Amino acid sequence: MSTVTGVSAADELPQPDGKKPRQGDRASTGRIGDRLFGGAATLSGVIVIVLVTLIGAFLVVQAVPALMNNSASFFTSRVWAPGGEQPAFGILEFLWTTVAASTVAMLLAVPVGVGVALFLTQYAPTWLRGPAATLVDLLAAVPSIVYGLWGLVTFFPVWKPVQNGIEDTLGWFPLLAPTGISGGTIFFIGIVLSIMVLPIVTALSREVFAQTPTAHKEGALALGATQWEMIRTSVLPFGRPGVISAAMLALGRALGETIAVTFLVSALADGSSWTWSLFNGGETFASKIANNAAEFSNPGKTGAYIAAGLVLFVLTFIVNSIARVVIERRKAFTE
Amino acid sequence: MSTATDRRVPGDAAVDDAVAPPGGGPSRDALAEMRNPQRSRAVTDIVARVVMWGAFLVAVVPLVWILGTVVAKGVHMLTSSTWWTGNQRNINSDDFGGGARHAIEGTLQMVGVTALIAVPIGVLTAVYLVEYGRGPLARMISFTVDILSGIPSIVAALFIYAVWVTTFGIGRSGFAASLALVLLMIPVVVRSTEEMLKLVPNELREAAYALGVPKWVTVVKVVLRTAFSGIITGVLLGIARVMGETAPLLILAPYTKNFQRDLFNGNFPTLPMMINQDRGDYALATAAERMWGAALTLILLVLLLNIIGRAIAHLGSVKK
Repeated sequence: MSTVTGVSAADELPQPDGKKPRQGDRASTGRIGDRLFGGAATLSGVIVIVLVTLIGAFLVVQAVPALMNNSASFFTSRVWAPGGEQPAFGILEFLWTTVAASTVAMLLAVPVGVGVALFLTQYAPTWLRGPAATLVDLLAAVPSIVYGLWGLVTFFPVWKPVQNGIEDTLGWFPLLAPTGISGGTIFFIGIVLSIMVLPIVTALSREVFAQTPTAHKEGALALGATQWEMIRTSVLPFGRPGVISAAMLALGRALGETIAVTFLVSALADGSSWTWSLFNGGETFASKIANNAAEFSNPGKTGAYIAAGLVLFVLTFIVNSIARVVIERRKAFTE
Repeated sequence: MSTATDRRVPGDAAVDDAVAPPGGGPSRDALAEMRNPQRSRAVTDIVARVVMWGAFLVAVVPLVWILGTVVAKGVHMLTSSTWWTGNQRNINSDDFGGGARHAIEGTLQMVGVTALIAVPIGVLTAVYLVEYGRGPLARMISFTVDILSGIPSIVAALFIYAVWVTTFGIGRSGFAASLALVLLMIPVVVRSTEEMLKLVPNELREAAYALGVPKWVTVVKVVLRTAFSGIITGVLLGIARVMGETAPLLILAPYTKNFQRDLFNGNFPTLPMMINQDRGDYALATAAERMWGAALTLILLVLLLNIIGRAIAHLGSVKK
């Protein structure tokens, strides 16, 4: 039986002179090599902290001047005209498009991803589990630009008639109302995003499902549960925190996905009227920034895009933090 | 837990038997009453089974479709005589062919430099987290690594732009893009290395200490050496992850059709940007062909790294 952390039993013993045990860096022998190496390791860790702090700081510092000059309301305006004497820009459209497309992606990816994870851990014949898991992981290895190409050239022509059909039959429903956009819509982007985040949902869910205690599962089966009832009463409740955090990590990825979305979005004309329809076009934060990378001509203009990037940073930060908190709490329960 | 129960696979005959009404016990009336709910439970069970198989098939369809599309449309280009040797100089969208060597070399050079910076920081941070850190600093580092792993690539690119171009006034270049990729690669390396270091049995460390070996020599020569193949795997997967990133290149490293080995000055050729370039004219068969060719080349490079990484993990994994 071997222990699994770097903590040595020797770390816990008192020293010969009866003082408390020296821990961490001080547990070393104090040679120059120890100090250098331990110092380098600590320094690397500190560099990571500094980097993340700097990311937040730089984005804030460069966004603030642009925001001060902004003549429109940043959060509630749909205008985007950051250049010129009177810059006016608001993020409402990007916020809606980003959140709506990511929500569609989650609604599609989470049920399918959980289903795949259950398949891989509970249903698949043993010989199939390894290869099938590798296959799903392969989806994660495909670069996002390739998803963009495939969505643009191959998938969209197949999807378009389906979308027209939905518009014809369910167009009375505000979310599915026809808008006359001929290119990629929010809904379409959501579908492509769902494929991209599927392996994230599956990988983490699979991990927690596989950890369900055998006693729980056999207890359910011994009480006469069918396999599905066993899953519903023991595997799913045990895995719920894992599924939630998997969904959150996937959401973080979907919110920030850039290049595939950039290929697929249809930018809206200035002053187009507001609609709740998911079949509308519109840019996400990431695609707006990427599409205008060549336009970072003056600090004011760049600042506006950096402000948009900052909002995206905060959004993903919140979503990822929720994921981590849920995971940590689960760890606290099981250990 | 006994090994016998561990070996049981859920879904075997015992489970399905549970559906059948218990034999012999209750009266006929009672059985008739029970049969309906029993049957609906059985039906639900079968439906669930079908749904799970369906979910898996639904997940495989896009994978096959995407890979099939890229291979079918791109393989022609890869067999062209100039693809692996030439560049795109003086080749317009409506000209056929040209090479991708400039972009392949550029991509490899860029991720190489990225790895040179990200790997030492990542591995040392993992060493700190596993071998040294215990207190609030370690928790803080662990948390920021999580944050870093969730940062969208476009935000990393904006940050580097804000530092490199806006603040220091240095122009866009391949190296600036490398720096953005470093930010994306560090968390991958830290997390995978951490997992590997945790697998190294403590007995090895204690044996080294017992022989009077200093801690740093123990870490370098015992712990890191034991975990070496796992670390290499993590590094390769990290490189594969950043190789396909396009957003930072879009903002920081404009494309050139020429050979360019200078990371620090001017435009820089990379495979994702080559795809992006030809995407603009994909209605033209010539540009579309190049676009798919470059996409296939990129996928092959990424897959190659994944396969090598997994093979190394398989061959040299830490055994109990």
